[in-house]
Amino acid sequence: MTDKISSDVFKRLVDLASLELPEGEGEYLRKELNNQMVSIEVLESIPIDAETGTAAHGVPYTEMNSPVPREDVSRQDPHREDILKQAPELEDGYIVVPDISHEELY
Amino acid sequence: MKTYYLPAYAIADLIKSRQISAVEVLEETLERVRSVDGRAGQVDVSNAQSKEDLNSVHAFTQLADEHARGQAEKIDQMVKAGENPGPLAGVPYTAKDIFTVKGIPATAGSKILSNYIAPYTATVIERMAEAGAMMIGKVNLDEFTYGSSSESSALKPVPRNPWDTSRVTGGSSGGSAAAVAAGEGAISLGTDTGGSIRQPAAFCGTVGLKPTYGRVSRYGLIAFGSSLDCPGPLTRNVMDAALVLQAIAGEDPRDNTAAVVPVPDYLAELEKDIHGLRIGLSEEFFRVTYFDAKTGELKENPIDNEIKDAILSVAGYLAQLGADIVVDVPLPHTKYGIPTYFVISRVEASSNLLRYDGVKYGYRTDQPFADLRELYRKTRGAAFGVEPKLRMLMGIYLSAAQFDKGYYQRALKARALIRSDFETIFDPKGKYRLDALLTPTTPSTAFPIGGVYGDSVLMQYSDQLTVTTNHAGIPGLTVPVGFDKEGLPIGAQFLGPDYSEGLLLRLGRAFEKVTENEDWRDRRPPLLPAND
Repeated sequence: MTDKISSDVFKRLVDLASLELPEGEGEYLRKELNNQMVSIEVLESIPIDAETGTAAHGVPYTEMNSPVPREDVSRQDPHREDILKQAPELEDGYIVVPDISHEELY
Repeated sequence: MKTYYLPAYAIADLIKSRQISAVEVLEETLERVRSVDGRAGQVDVSNAQSKEDLNSVHAFTQLADEHARGQAEKIDQMVKAGENPGPLAGVPYTAKDIFTVKGIPATAGSKILSNYIAPYTATVIERMAEAGAMMIGKVNLDEFTYGSSSESSALKPVPRNPWDTSRVTGGSSGGSAAAVAAGEGAISLGTDTGGSIRQPAAFCGTVGLKPTYGRVSRYGLIAFGSSLDCPGPLTRNVMDAALVLQAIAGEDPRDNTAAVVPVPDYLAELEKDIHGLRIGLSEEFFRVTYFDAKTGELKENPIDNEIKDAILSVAGYLAQLGADIVVDVPLPHTKYGIPTYFVISRVEASSNLLRYDGVKYGYRTDQPFADLRELYRKTRGAAFGVEPKLRMLMGIYLSAAQFDKGYYQRALKARALIRSDFETIFDPKGKYRLDALLTPTTPSTAFPIGGVYGDSVLMQYSDQLTVTTNHAGIPGLTVPVGFDKEGLPIGAQFLGPDYSEGLLLRLGRAFEKVTENEDWRDRRPPLLPAND
């Protein structure tokens, strides 16, 4: 059986996921993904047509059970200092973001 | 009797009647943890190796003893002052390390969050505190909840099943189930995305409740599959589960998927008669699909006879109590549960995992990097385990425009069909008019540690009897119903229509009462002294 996820496709996925894989991990991951595709392909056999609806949630959200949206107002977060403390690199209360490379977009 | 194995409701009664203090309960529980749990989970250390390691539970990732002591003292002061300390006064509980608690690490079982200190508290944790419960610590789980055995956690040693420490606890709320079974807290809060409360609860012989999606707020829960995740309790008895749900259910302005639906009095529901209730059995839940790695094929088998017999025995008891048992209930789309889950959960997981980047919080690579992209790659490559990587890669593959073959749309349609199966059988004007469905919770009892881990397809299929519930959004309750010949617990699952938790708890309680004098009810995990 041909692998759904070829080595080239896998390489592209790894790049999109921003992952540098340790030596030897790639082959294991690609094998598992292709095994998972065997299960996913079962969906091809479901009798569905254009009339079959989609469900983004199991339980439908209606006017009766949906909360009223919050007012769209800005406010100072009470945890500002605690949040900033988590950043690996800070400067004058700002999170330092390393240089962003310029590369050809796909 | 030591308090660490008492029900939560009994502990709260003892404290409120001043027979014991919350501080005393806490210290007893902490002593219990010290005596059975062994090393707490940590990153960059070895998995269980020594004899002591192999015989310990390893439920915890960290104790929060100071935090709990503060709560215990507050409860004792309230009791002394004649104030009502709440329905869960002084009850020790643990929280799966996927919930945030301000000032306490929240690791999600991952190296990438191993240094993260939560700056805010989850709604369910706040509500447990308002009810008087004391959070004694955080417990281990599959990394980001991705798994069904808790073996994928980056925090080692991973949890071991208290009934047989060579077996898995199940997952992803494996630390929760193990802690409750081993007397390390009367309650644990877990989450259920494809079965992650119910499957480990069944494997460890505890009660586990997955509420209706939206019944309980997800605020402060580190997300996996945002349309599927449900926080809920694991307990040693049904009444405790009802007490916890009563405390945590209800709308929340900080989560707009927390439904605006009144919360009923679950305790009042518990002791009601089950006479005349229509309980269904479905053949679809008595066979299992599994992945044969040698042939690369999916195969189907009947479920293990011991488990089937245990479920039929539960049906027999319910019939004795006056319930009507309806057989051959069709749920034809059950077999699509796992394939649908492979698509929806991976797409949602990959979206949720993109936020971890080594810039804002969490782990950052200690290797040199030239720019932001390299920082991302090195940080994420080193700090995510194989399960998050698999889920990201699959999620991107299934949803990326250049690879998409309509998988996601097809899965959403399959989800609608699975939901429709349940709507049909629970329709009060339909052919079946069921109040609940009775099924096995798991296709097997707890499997050996290392027996399945590494085979991501076979592992996923261990959720096949729980996952359709998550697709449909409906509630599910698992209760322990006995043991197999190897002494491992078996769980039975009750499923019902949206917001029918009260009815499911009532059924669980009815079964508990009718079997309360049976010998198997006296069994304790071998970690527990026989006379405790």
